Amino acid sequence: MALSTLRIVWLYPDLLSTYGDRGNLLVLAHRARVRGIDVEPMQVRSDQRIPHTADMYLIGGGEDGPQAVAAERLLDDGAVGRAAEAGKPILAICAGYQLLGESFYANGRAYAGLNILDLRSDRGPSRAVGEIAGEAAPQLGIGPITGFENHGGRTHLGEAVQPLARVTAGIGNDGVTEGAWAGHVIGTYMHGPALSRNPRLADLLLAWAIGVDPSQLPPIDDTWPERLRHERFQALSAAQ
Amino acid sequence: MSANLTPRAKFASALLRTAAALSRATGRGDGSVIGGRVGLIVEPRLLELLADGRHVVLISGTNGKTTTTRFTTAALEAIGKVATNSFGANMPTGHTTALAKAPKAEYAALECDEHYLGQLLDAASPKVVALLNLSRDQLDRAMEVTALAAKWRQTLQASAGNSTIVANADDPLIVWAASVCQRVVWVAAGQSWTADSAICPNCGSHLDRFGEFWRCTNCGLNRPSPQWSVAHTGEAVVGPDGRRYDLNLQLPGRVNRANAATALAVASLFGVDPAQAAPRLSEVTSVAGRYARVERDGRNLRLLLAKNPAGWLESFDMIEQGPPVVLSLNAREVDGFDTSWIYDVDFTSLVGRKVVVTGDRRTDLAVRLEVDGVDFIVVDDIKAAIAASPPGPVEVVANYTAFQDIRAEFNRVN
Repeated sequence: MALSTLRIVWLYPDLLSTYGDRGNLLVLAHRARVRGIDVEPMQVRSDQRIPHTADMYLIGGGEDGPQAVAAERLLDDGAVGRAAEAGKPILAICAGYQLLGESFYANGRAYAGLNILDLRSDRGPSRAVGEIAGEAAPQLGIGPITGFENHGGRTHLGEAVQPLARVTAGIGNDGVTEGAWAGHVIGTYMHGPALSRNPRLADLLLAWAIGVDPSQLPPIDDTWPERLRHERFQALSAAQ
Repeated sequence: MSANLTPRAKFASALLRTAAALSRATGRGDGSVIGGRVGLIVEPRLLELLADGRHVVLISGTNGKTTTTRFTTAALEAIGKVATNSFGANMPTGHTTALAKAPKAEYAALECDEHYLGQLLDAASPKVVALLNLSRDQLDRAMEVTALAAKWRQTLQASAGNSTIVANADDPLIVWAASVCQRVVWVAAGQSWTADSAICPNCGSHLDRFGEFWRCTNCGLNRPSPQWSVAHTGEAVVGPDGRRYDLNLQLPGRVNRANAATALAVASLFGVDPAQAAPRLSEVTSVAGRYARVERDGRNLRLLLAKNPAGWLESFDMIEQGPPVVLSLNAREVDGFDTSWIYDVDFTSLVGRKVVVTGDRRTDLAVRLEVDGVDFIVVDDIKAAIAASPPGPVEVVANYTAFQDIRAEFNRVN
């Protein structure tokens, strides 16, 4: 752990913060501090320049209008694309996930995305609202995933990305896969927030940011997050 | 009023009252919803017919509408009988019941669900419409909040031509929605939750804030000068001419002083002298169980309802320093199934206090509190929460169905 302070940028809370997205920042900061790692959380508004020097970037969810505005400003700024190229971890949720792709659909038309992830999004036949669960890609080593989704879009993955998970409940990208990842960039439809319900995903991002293997992070007491995961999986199995 | 009703409407009203009474007698509820449903089947225009000839105020917004409706009712009762949906049944079935049950009331103070404002404007032709605030609430089943403000704006433009609007100057979404109206009385009712109005609802640019003032950097939408406000010092409301009206509210918190300011502004439009109305607000001690104090085993519990992030922040402003705090969270259909919003609430003001967590989704709360460094214990239900609290005062904060569960434990306290 060479870093003295982990700088985590939460992008555009003024535009993309609809379903407790700040929670992902809080969970990361908590899990780092418990391990003695100092964290400098940085909230960057859409009228501010994005720092290039951060160790991790978070992008949240939002309504159609703000999503389109956010995509335009992120494209203008360029920092997120360079961060992805530099191997910095990026976590993007819902509308933020969609805008990392080649294109997305909002306000009744297609918009250009940041083209960081090889995927594109359009409108689905119905709104996907409810609990979502899945088996995460085994290479990530994060176990089953759980979250809450609420989106009208469907996302189609290209060859340069892997699905984050195979869906076992809910819709995700298309009813079969959920989310996507490539390098250190992860996108997902999971709210909840995602990292409060998936602590190993949080640790994976922290390990990437620090440059260690997740197994090298000191273990922390996850009694409550594990109980919450158990409850959510149990509720889904009771409903099926 | 009832003298003007058609025979069909009279029959529908009578059936409504019978159904409501049956529902209460069989312990199924307070009967507001079933009664209204029965009446509206027999006479679909019943609400309109019952409202005809009365002086109506509609009160809507995300938070505070039940309390503001109660305050307004208390103020208007200075000049006459008031029909009101005091059970919080705030959709047309509840409004129909409230009016049918008070055929002689010349005035009506109706709390209105945000999504039914348009329907009520058309049916009740209100003299006054009070718009309190808009913030995120039950996003998994309700409309996103900017879309709701846009719908209000359209609805007000189309249907509120004969109404005076009493609106919160501190909430940009409310100002944008209400600014299409001809006659608006602005109240500085405050905004504890600004995250849903960081950008201009009109044009999408940034809103700049300078203390209380806010302004869009692009289109110029800004905070109108308020005619009514809450005094900066002491418990008082300041009226349009600068006169102070002292409050001696039994209900806690800054937000209830703001609700009182709105109620006095509304009442004055009906010709009630605020000096006469203000003391009447002190008679409100609880509202459908909210703010009620109940005793059990030497514990004195105060019950606070908080349904969404803005509500939780407001309740943390109300609770006394010192006593233990019980937090109860459910996620049933009317609460919204998504609990993510608890991460929009800052719990750090509870650090160092004794906190007891319960409700269907207590584990979600436990994870949330741990992240904020709040110590807590988790118990199965309100009985166990009481047992876990030392004798003396206890503050209880719960969301909608969690609150109703606790009320049920105390004989549905009002």
